[in-house]
Amino acid sequence: MIRTTSLRFTYQNTKNHTFCFPDIDLPPEKDILILGPSGVGKTTLLHLLAGLLPPKTGDIFIANSCLNKLTRSQLDYFRGQHIGLIFQKAYFIKSLTLLENLTLRERCSKKKSDRYRKEELIMHLGLSDLQNKKVYQLSEGQQQRLSIALGVIHKPKVILADEPTSNLDDSNCIKVISLLKREAQICKSNLVIITHDQRVKSHFNNHIIL
Amino acid sequence: MLSILLLMLSISLATFVLQIRNQLDQHLESNIKPFDMVIGAKGSSLQLILSSVLHIDNPTGNISLEEAMRIAKNPMVKEMIPVSYGDNYKGIRILGTTNKYLNTYEASLQEGSLFEKPFEVVIGSGVAKKLDLQIGDTFISSHGLAENVLETHNENPFIITGILKPTNTIIDHLIITNLESVWEVHEHDNEHHHHEEEHVDEHSDHKDEYEKEREITSLLVKFRNPLGALQMSRFINDETTMQAALPKFEIERLMGFLGVGFQTINGISVAILLVAGLSIFINLIKTVRERKQELALLLTYGVNTFQLIKLVFLEALFLSLLGSIAGWFLGRISIWFFSIFTEDLYGYHFVFSLPTNKELLILILVILTTLLAAILVSLSLFKLNVSKTISHA
Repeated sequence: MIRTTSLRFTYQNTKNHTFCFPDIDLPPEKDILILGPSGVGKTTLLHLLAGLLPPKTGDIFIANSCLNKLTRSQLDYFRGQHIGLIFQKAYFIKSLTLLENLTLRERCSKKKSDRYRKEELIMHLGLSDLQNKKVYQLSEGQQQRLSIALGVIHKPKVILADEPTSNLDDSNCIKVISLLKREAQICKSNLVIITHDQRVKSHFNNHIIL
Repeated sequence: MLSILLLMLSISLATFVLQIRNQLDQHLESNIKPFDMVIGAKGSSLQLILSSVLHIDNPTGNISLEEAMRIAKNPMVKEMIPVSYGDNYKGIRILGTTNKYLNTYEASLQEGSLFEKPFEVVIGSGVAKKLDLQIGDTFISSHGLAENVLETHNENPFIITGILKPTNTIIDHLIITNLESVWEVHEHDNEHHHHEEEHVDEHSDHKDEYEKEREITSLLVKFRNPLGALQMSRFINDETTMQAALPKFEIERLMGFLGVGFQTINGISVAILLVAGLSIFINLIKTVRERKQELALLLTYGVNTFQLIKLVFLEALFLSLLGSIAGWFLGRISIWFFSIFTEDLYGYHFVFSLPTNKELLILILVILTTLLAAILVSLSLFKLNVSKTISHA
C-alpha cells in the first residue's frame, strides 16, 4: 500500500523551484507507472518514496508506516525490510561476486536467508552459470537483470524501479517488464516504475503523468 | 598499501632501536657488573674499560703485577683478578687470568676440565661454535689482538681442556688460560731475541728477572663497599703511574655518546610514523570517496550510518594492526641479522624477545592515531547524500 498526500520537495541549491507531486493512493499489489519528460522530478519522487529524501511538506505512507515520522535509523531499517530499489544504472559492491551481492542484500534486510528463493531467482533471471563471477565481468544486460534480483530478493512490500529499460533493446525491454511483473506478483508487492520509455506504457494500465 | 609500508617501516625502525638499546644496556650491564674498578696503565679510561672488561679495544699498556697487587691489598677490596693478554687465535682473544675470573661470571664447564698447567685453555661456548673446536684440539696463537699469520708463537701450542656453558656474557667469546701461559709465550719470544742479539745463554738470569717483574694488562677489582672504589681510584690516579677506571661510570659515559645516535634514529622513526599516520588518514578519505557509491548503495539496502562507520573503523584498525605487526616482525628480523654481524665482530648477540612495554605503548599510539583518522573520516559519512550519489553516477 502506498499513499502520499500533498507532497512537495525543494532542493537546497534551487530554493525558488519547488516540486509539487500529485497524490498517489495505491492499494496493495497494484502496479503504477509514473511518466513524464526529464527534469519534472520523477527520480525525486522515487527517492521520496524510498525514504532517501525527506519531503518538504506532505506525508508518505507505505505499508501503514508514515515515512517522514521515522527517525533516521528507523528509516534505514524500514528501507532494508520493505523497499526494493532498482536503479537506472546498476550499482553493486564491485569486489563481490553475483551470489555474494545477493546474499549481502538479503542479510542487510535482516530477513532469514532463503536459499531456495535465491536459486530460483537466479535461475529465472538466467544467471545460474554466472553466480560466482565478479559483477564487473557481467555484460550490461546481465548487470541489469542482477540489479532487478537485488531489488526483489528480500521480498519487499514496494518495488521502486527507476528507468529500468532505458538502456535495453526491445527484446530485453519486454523481458525486464515481465520479470518485474512476475516478481511483484510473487512478493505480493506494489510495483512503481518511473520511465519516459513509450515501450513500457502499453504493459501497464495505471499511469500518473507528472 | 603505501600507508601500510610506511607504518611497517617506522614501527620496525622504532622497535629495532628500542631493542638494540635495551639489549645493549643489558649486555654491558651483565659484562661490567662483576667489577667495581679496573687498574691499568695510564691512558684513556674508557679504552681501559673497553679493553679489559668488554674486550673490544686495545689495552692501554701493561702494569707491574706486584705494584698493582700491593695497592689493591686493602681491607676494602673484596676480590681482585689480574688479567693479561696480548695474543689471539683467529682473532679471538686469549685471556690470561685466574679461575676467579670464571667464577665472577658464574661460568661453569659444559665438558672437560679447567686449565691447570700453562698452555691449557678453556674456551667460551661462542668460540667453540664459531671455530668448531673440541676438547683436545691444539692451536698456535698469533701475536697481538688482531688475526695475523706473520707473528705466530710456533713453539707453544695451546691445548683445549674444557668448553664453558653459554653465559650470555663476554666469556662466551674468549679463550681463557692462566697468567703463566701468557707470560711464557712472550718470555720465549724475548729469549729468542736475546739469543739473537747476545748469542749467550742467560736463561737462569732471565727467569729471575721475570719472576720479579711480572706484568699484567690490568687488575679487575671488586669492593666490599662501593665507596671504596671512589676513594681508591682517586689515590691511584693521583699517586701512582697507573690509572684506575670505574666501569659503571665509563659505560654510562659511553651510552651518553651513543644516546645522541639512538635519539636521531628515534627522531627519524617518529617522523616516518607521522607520515604513516597521515598516509592512513589520506588513504581512508580516498577509500571512502572512491566507494561513496557502494556506501550509498549499502544505505539503500537498509544498513545505517553507524554500521558504515563501524566498517570504516574496522578497515582502519585492520590496516594499522597489520602494519604494526608486520613492522614489529621486520624489526625483530633486522635484529637477528644485526646480531649475526655484531656477534662476529664484537661477540654481542641479540636475542628475539617478546614485545616490551614501550613497544606496546607505540602500538597504542598508532591505534589512537588511526582511530582519530577514522573519526575525522566518519564525519563525512554523516553528510553522505544517498539520493544525489545514486542519481548522479
